[in-house]
Amino acid sequence: MTRTLWVLAVLFSHWRRHPMQFATLAIGLVSAVALWSGVQALNQQARASYDRAAAAFGGVRTATLVSTNGGTFPQQLFVALRRAGWPVSPVLEGRIQVDGRSFRLLGIDPVTLPTEAGDRPPIGGELQGFVLPPGQTRLAPETMAELGASEGASLEASNDMKLPPLRLAAQLAPGVMVVDIGVAQRLLKMPNQVSRLLVGKSKGPRASLDKVVGDRLRLVKPTAETDLERLTDSFHLNLTAFGLLSFFVGLFIVNSAIGLAFEQRLPILRTLRACGVSSRQLNTVLLLELVFFALIAGLVGMAVGYLIAAALLPDVAASLRGLYGAQIPGQLSLSPQWWLAGLLISVLGALLAATASLLKAGRLSVLASAQPQAWRQEQRRWVMLQGIAALAVFATAFGFLWFGDSLLAGFAVLAAILLGAALALPLLLELVLAAGEYQARGALAAWFWADSRQQLSGLSLALMALLLALSVNVGVGTMVESFSRTFVNWLDARLAADIYINAADDAQAKAITAWLRERRDVIAILPGGRAETQFAGAPLEIFGLPDNATYRDRWPLLQSADDAWTRLQKGEAAFASEQLARRSRLSLGDVIEVPTPHGGWTIRIVGIYADYGNPKAQIAVNFDALAGHFPDIPRTRIGLRANQAAVPRLMSDLREKFGLDDHSLIDQATLKAESKRIFNRTFSVTAALNAFTLAVAGIALLTSLLTLGNSRLPQLAPLWAIGITRRKLAAIELLKTMSVALLTALLALPLGLLVAWCLIAIVNVKAFGWQLPFHVFPLQLAELLAVAMVASLVAAAIPVLRLARLQPTALIKVFADER
Amino acid sequence: MARDKEIMLSVRNLTKAYSAAGERVSVLRGVNLIVAAGERVALTGESGSGKSTLLHLIAGLDRADGGEIDFAGTSTAGLSEAGLAALRRDRLGLVFQQFNLIPSLNVRDNLAFQSRIAGRHDVAWQAELAQRLGLTPLLDRYPEQLSGGQQQRVAIGRALAVKPLLLLADEPTGNLDETTADGVMALTRDLVAQTGCGLLMVTHSNRLAAMLDRHVNLTAGLIA
Repeated sequence: MTRTLWVLAVLFSHWRRHPMQFATLAIGLVSAVALWSGVQALNQQARASYDRAAAAFGGVRTATLVSTNGGTFPQQLFVALRRAGWPVSPVLEGRIQVDGRSFRLLGIDPVTLPTEAGDRPPIGGELQGFVLPPGQTRLAPETMAELGASEGASLEASNDMKLPPLRLAAQLAPGVMVVDIGVAQRLLKMPNQVSRLLVGKSKGPRASLDKVVGDRLRLVKPTAETDLERLTDSFHLNLTAFGLLSFFVGLFIVNSAIGLAFEQRLPILRTLRACGVSSRQLNTVLLLELVFFALIAGLVGMAVGYLIAAALLPDVAASLRGLYGAQIPGQLSLSPQWWLAGLLISVLGALLAATASLLKAGRLSVLASAQPQAWRQEQRRWVMLQGIAALAVFATAFGFLWFGDSLLAGFAVLAAILLGAALALPLLLELVLAAGEYQARGALAAWFWADSRQQLSGLSLALMALLLALSVNVGVGTMVESFSRTFVNWLDARLAADIYINAADDAQAKAITAWLRERRDVIAILPGGRAETQFAGAPLEIFGLPDNATYRDRWPLLQSADDAWTRLQKGEAAFASEQLARRSRLSLGDVIEVPTPHGGWTIRIVGIYADYGNPKAQIAVNFDALAGHFPDIPRTRIGLRANQAAVPRLMSDLREKFGLDDHSLIDQATLKAESKRIFNRTFSVTAALNAFTLAVAGIALLTSLLTLGNSRLPQLAPLWAIGITRRKLAAIELLKTMSVALLTALLALPLGLLVAWCLIAIVNVKAFGWQLPFHVFPLQLAELLAVAMVASLVAAAIPVLRLARLQPTALIKVFADER
Repeated sequence: MARDKEIMLSVRNLTKAYSAAGERVSVLRGVNLIVAAGERVALTGESGSGKSTLLHLIAGLDRADGGEIDFAGTSTAGLSEAGLAALRRDRLGLVFQQFNLIPSLNVRDNLAFQSRIAGRHDVAWQAELAQRLGLTPLLDRYPEQLSGGQQQRVAIGRALAVKPLLLLADEPTGNLDETTADGVMALTRDLVAQTGCGLLMVTHSNRLAAMLDRHVNLTAGLIA
């Protein structure tokens, strides 16, 4: 043990004498862990929120009975099932507007609520307070804060009905209000109606379901994944992919630092072996040292990761709210598993990054390990091996592309292309530099190329990190820009109305419509509505389009049959969203049947439209046909076409006359701005992670150059001795670094476009269900190239300045050591 | 050789060959050598004659192709890599031409390193070594802050601090000027005599070789 500690002390003493090298290692590990754990913290926060939402009385983790037609059903079915031995509990769900904001209202029966449904008010005084008048409205602290109310307050809903006094329930999801089912039936004006029945664990014999309720109800088995989890999987997978990429870029730095440290410590390793430390013991201590660093850096990295997550959380929460309606609390809460996983990933990452060095140090004999030349020969062999490995990885990418048909396969293609390119980079650079050396005229030029080749082994990992960071930047930048251009054009066409109204209820909508008909500045009143149903076992939204020239002229269709709009008007045809068409493999002319309260509705698909940003499957039908098949849908949505000049006045009159607020009355410009804001925030997280990755790559280059700087003196001193000034030597060094950085950046551009193609043609289609047109933005590429060169210049500047200011004594020392 | 003394090192028919440019080059072609306990032997020979290779094989840094090495009655051929490491750590002292100090440790810690990992650290003996080697004022310095002669004295001190049975020195004065080399040599001889350990020293210098008890010459892979 004492021996191990002494050897460990010697190894540590190296870092004490080489703080910059230690800083490199620490920066690498901290960056890798920070970016990875930051992204994991965001994902964990979101998943915890989905769990809270799922646990809200009858989420998908409890078996439920629902109406076969997708609507509510009479409470008598509940009574009949209880009598038949079914341990069921009724839930009524709807939306309620309070203070102009819309909330999910859940009515429950706490007495019959199965224990596994969660969030049950405790039996006792709490339970009495909940069920006995005036009752309670239970809500999360976030919802309470949003309302600006306090416990005990009684709020009024938009339909003039009073909610029971508010009561905090920390475990509830934000945006949810829970009341007794009787209260919910009154507030939602749905007397004796139930949305679903939660099924508890059976304790005794019970009659079969169809004998009690016929075919009016169907059993939905519990699943492990909520709708929100399913919908947001792609978003989180994207975040995870970025976290993973950043993690690997960080590991490149660690790998580089450890590789160089091994090279520099070889004389020490030899001395230790000569002094009687066995190879096994030395490797054990090297491993211990690495694990120790990984644990310390892991802790620091996680603290930084927490800060990154806290900084990104508002944008992530806004994106998830805007895209999926998911409510994510604004404050991070992290579990012990997150800390443990972070430390574990730090140790595993460090071991992964050090594997090659540990294996090399373990394999090289005592005498060979004393010769740096042997190390370099090993490096050359590695370059060749990496080239062969790159070919194998590219073949794997092709295999995934050819045979894979999932989002994971898409990411696998992307990862394989990036890894293959990184592995091939040193060989490509070696070939280019060898060609340069072959063509070189003059001694200095020949040395320039030869020395660049010699330096390559020390720089290749940093250059790989630069290649990865740049190509991902190019890829994601091109994808986002393509998406942005498509999205803006689509939004211009899709937002057909000038003003959008969401009335509190049907009565108010009728009153507004009547009032609007009298206005001369209104060109068209466009009623709208939506119904929820099922298709192929998944939720389907049916969107009602009024028969109006506004839509015929402007609604963007990706594909359409002849006379599509005429056929839509007849009520037996529909347009399918691109997501639905891809997921269900629907094409023009296909016929689908969807359940309605009055039986099945057979519709032929006559058009396919882009529906960016909507994760749900959707079809668009004629509004009158929709209202005919779903007579109970709220008709509260109204679109208006009006003279542009009259819009402000019309809105102010609507506000004044009907008390509409900003949530229920919005003009096209504001809606567009809001949509674009959500769009931008969605990609701001990506942009931030992109920037982090590029910064980490810049640091990798800087630290590699700094570490190499000292070991470069023996190469530079002879040139200085024969009359090349330090300033000129520094300029040559700068030129060499910039040359290899430029070569790397130039290789990153086509690679980045390939990444963009993968994102657009594979990942986006699998993740979101829509495909975008692929555009190339030369200006953006030029900008990124410039950024890469500036980053390389900054990274190269410090070691080059140090060289330019190097004291002659330091260069003389090189010769003194050679005595 | 003193026949009546205990044999510390016995090398019999030792062979070693290397591959170079696709050809097999025999460096040692059946070397025989005996070193008695406390005996001081100089090993000379031309460049490439195999002196350093022989020393590396005796130290267990490399494995022979054939022949035997017995050290203090134990054959090294049967020792594992860990066994050879233990032999170097506990019973041998090694001094190289390039000093091979640990650059990140100061003189004090460099001196103490081997004795510490061997579990035989003796503070008083180290202090005496430092004083005899003239290193006492330099104990807090790092190797890069020392002259070549000073660095070699630290290397000798480190090797002797463990009180080895045999000190193996590979051209310890090869990097030093004549005066410094003589000083280092004299110190080494005295300290070896004081500790009673043997010395096998590779050198190019017949003058230095003459300072030791016996002088053997290696020519074309054989001891003359």
